[in-house]
Amino acid sequence: MNKTWWKILGSVLVIYTAIAGLLLGVPHLPILNETIRNLYFHVPMWFAMIVLFSISVFYSVKSLSTKSEIDDIKAVESVNAGIIFGILGLITGAIWAKFTWGQFWSFDPKQNFAAISILLYFAYLILRNAIDEEQKRAKISAIYNIFAFPMMVVLLFVLPRLKDSLHPGNGGNPGFNSYDLDSRMRMVFYPACLGWILIGYWVYTIRFRIRTIENKQQHN
Amino acid sequence: MQLAKEVKYLIHKEVLLEWRSKYTINGVLLYVISTIFTCYLSFVSLGDKLTWNALFWIIMLFASINGVSKSFLQETKGQQLYSYVLASPAAVLISKTVYNMLLMLVLTTIALGFYTLVFDSFTPPDLLLYYVAVVLGSISFSTVFTMVSAIASKAGNGGMLMAILSFPIIIPVLILLIKLAKNAVDGLPWENSYDEITMLLVVNVLVVATSLLLFPYLWRD
Repeated sequence: MNKTWWKILGSVLVIYTAIAGLLLGVPHLPILNETIRNLYFHVPMWFAMIVLFSISVFYSVKSLSTKSEIDDIKAVESVNAGIIFGILGLITGAIWAKFTWGQFWSFDPKQNFAAISILLYFAYLILRNAIDEEQKRAKISAIYNIFAFPMMVVLLFVLPRLKDSLHPGNGGNPGFNSYDLDSRMRMVFYPACLGWILIGYWVYTIRFRIRTIENKQQHN
Repeated sequence: MQLAKEVKYLIHKEVLLEWRSKYTINGVLLYVISTIFTCYLSFVSLGDKLTWNALFWIIMLFASINGVSKSFLQETKGQQLYSYVLASPAAVLISKTVYNMLLMLVLTTIALGFYTLVFDSFTPPDLLLYYVAVVLGSISFSTVFTMVSAIASKAGNGGMLMAILSFPIIIPVLILLIKLAKNAVDGLPWENSYDEITMLLVVNVLVVATSLLLFPYLWRD
């Protein structure tokens, strides 16, 4: 992935969604009204976060077997980048909730569980800070990361389905796909998801490169 | 076969050690009972059964963190080395988990008895279902906390790390448990609770499977 084409693609897609998302037509629905445009910005954040956390677990598994420092740095930096997207997802969601459900924090299961899963990754970062020895830190934090990942999947994808949620597609609310994600919105929504995932990956690679340079300077 | 023998021996060792000192069980028991009593004295005016239910689980959560975290945090480097030489990592983990389950089961049963005694109005109409929730709770608390306490002890930074690391992982389990216990308090028919029971079992299988996969890496220094 050292080529530049995907960086250009990601930037073009995100710029396109920012312009098209605010200008193109959307279906007019009660309560949602124009806030439906937030779909292009709120949902892709979660996709980017999930992709980055999956990358992190992948490198954690790898670092357990290879014991290489590079894999460890990759794991922690993708968590760092993923947390940024998680927080952005919470903020965009809270603003959307204020205008449609009435409160920034509406005690919605998905909102709560997303916040908890962010806590999980903060705990991961604190665990890293608690250990000084580098190899030990790499090993133990990789173990916690792998142990926590299935729990995050349960938190974000399984538990909200058991409870009533204000989110579309839960607790009797119809999903977006059923009627309002019409072809006009798909034209923006899918590129937005892809674009933000690519930007997230880009952020992660930049952070990774900064960390490796810092490490090299420390060793010299 | 070898594994079963090792597990049996190690559980026997744990129980024997505990039986000699009786420190953990009595300590945690006193902790639970004093907490329940403190809660009773401070919330005496609260009449809502659901609040009492949530309170019970929060007390259980803290008690089990204290009880289970002993399993690895308390051991000295020498003791760990001893069991490292003696048994396979899987046997160590399974024996600790099973022992913690037994400990938590005894503890939560006594706590539930004391709770219903103190809060006379609390006694759930479907006591059997509530007890199922308590048993599932003991199992899930011990599976999750045993692994987390192993991680925390290897990080060499006891109590606080244990709490930080285990809370986000236990919250989904706790929510399911409170929901299940709430069904028992409301006296709903059992059919309404099958979802939660299955989910809890699935989460436990998931936790045990990942622990068994990861523990060998953690155990070897």
